[in-house]
Amino acid sequence: MTDLAHLRADFPILDSGVHFLDSSASSQKPAPVLEAMDRFARTSYANVHRGAYRLSLAATDAYEAARRRVADFIGAANPSEVVFTRGTTTSLNMVAFGWGIENLLPGDRILTTVMEHHANLVPWQMVAKRTGAVLDHVPLTDDCRLDMRVLGEKMVPGVRIVAVSGMSNVLGTIPDVPAISSLAHAVGARVVVDAAQLVPHAGVDVSTLGSDFVAFSSHKMLGPTGIGVLWGRMEALEEMEPFEGGGEMISDVTLHDATWAPIPHRFEAGTPPIIEAVGLHAAIDYLDSVGMDKIYAHDQELTAVALERLSDVPGLVLHGPAGIEARGGVVSMTMEGTHAHDLATILDEGDVAVRSGHHCAKPLMRELGVTATARASFYLYNTEDDIDALVAGLRRAGEIFGVR
Amino acid sequence: MAAPHGTVTVVTMALEDLYREVILDHYRNPRNRGHLEHADATAQGVNPLCGDEVTIELELSDGVVTGVAVEGQGCSISQASASMMTEVVKGKTRAQIGDLVAKFRGMMSLEDGVDPELDPERPGSVLGDLEALQGVRQYPVRIKCASLPWNTLMEALSST
Repeated sequence: MTDLAHLRADFPILDSGVHFLDSSASSQKPAPVLEAMDRFARTSYANVHRGAYRLSLAATDAYEAARRRVADFIGAANPSEVVFTRGTTTSLNMVAFGWGIENLLPGDRILTTVMEHHANLVPWQMVAKRTGAVLDHVPLTDDCRLDMRVLGEKMVPGVRIVAVSGMSNVLGTIPDVPAISSLAHAVGARVVVDAAQLVPHAGVDVSTLGSDFVAFSSHKMLGPTGIGVLWGRMEALEEMEPFEGGGEMISDVTLHDATWAPIPHRFEAGTPPIIEAVGLHAAIDYLDSVGMDKIYAHDQELTAVALERLSDVPGLVLHGPAGIEARGGVVSMTMEGTHAHDLATILDEGDVAVRSGHHCAKPLMRELGVTATARASFYLYNTEDDIDALVAGLRRAGEIFGVR
Repeated sequence: MAAPHGTVTVVTMALEDLYREVILDHYRNPRNRGHLEHADATAQGVNPLCGDEVTIELELSDGVVTGVAVEGQGCSISQASASMMTEVVKGKTRAQIGDLVAKFRGMMSLEDGVDPELDPERPGSVLGDLEALQGVRQYPVRIKCASLPWNTLMEALSST
């Protein structure tokens, strides 16, 4: 077992004894991240890209250093391809409205999947309605993998954009984005990856991933809320119009017109999340000091342990791939005759924090034939103890609800 | 290592209070489930955050509820609350139902501690089995589950 237990001391919130199994929703923050933000706010804070005074220059340096750090972390050679946003949802909406509205014509096809988070589905529904483009979805196999055969059939000329999750927040399924990107590029389509789970838990290298856009959030990768990233291949970003207008994104403004600042600034209207950028920088330093390979291996080991120990909990049904290959640390479950909210309440009594509900993936819930699941998700600070507490809580739920 | 199998787990008092037998019974065997042949009023309530759903159909005669049916899906608390509700609203006038709803909402918002007035065994208990839902108060996040059917009922009544 990859031993990362020594890292737990870096996460003050874990002192409460909580078995935190909801990192897919949002991760906890290590002290170095909190301290970096605090230090920056106390010593170097001012608005960026505005003042001629030294403090503003220091803040601008810190903000742009965070951009370079993100670029380095995801293998982007050009830091200008990194756009800071409010989070994954904003990043995906930026592509949908900034790229989609500009580039899609009636009859063009948008190809997505049935396992998307609402953030990578609803914006495309909105854009399809406005442009007359047709929205289509790739189904799953019986093993909760993306059905690559059907994907191949649906990848026809006329598909202009492919919107796919890099790692399902419900199933843990990691689709083969490089293969999907090759197929998409062969028909001239762009590919946008919702990497909200993939980047924090497996990392990405955009130089080999193949996609044209990658969206992720800081708060799921040990950083603060309020900041996220849209990475775009430069030529793809050039096809995109700004989604928001305002300060900082312009080159010149007259009473009737405006010209845009260079990329990435044209996509960053208004004062950006500055302290948060510093926090994200520290979070990436922390993740890198542990190593993304080790974090992914740790998540996988915990998933394997969980799948095994959960398999003999009476009445429990697991939703997701049977094995751990190409699968992140997410385990969704339902219990016969017991609703997911009841499971979550009972687990909470044992200080086990899991998410219950539809996980912002209602179409996927319908595919799975359930209305809600309880979901345990793992990160670098989780241990086998957390899984034991989960199993004990589920057994207790089974006793209360008389599951045999 | 995994917890040993077959051990007896002690259910904490709070959980015992939440998942009383009467609630579990209504959850497993919901009363007045299904549809009415001629519904005079219908409303659908959804809790968008957790996905609980309740549809209520009412048959009304001279301002009195003469029939009620419920459909829905969700947690034990929302579905048991709906089932118990159907048992107390039949035969009641709009005004009486308004009183019941006020009493129910009052029960949900009481401070910690049990109101001696709210005892399901007490003769003339207006809320009947519903008083078993008092345990929900200790779980503020679940109050909306218990309230969903009642809010939906009020919506159905106000639609006529």
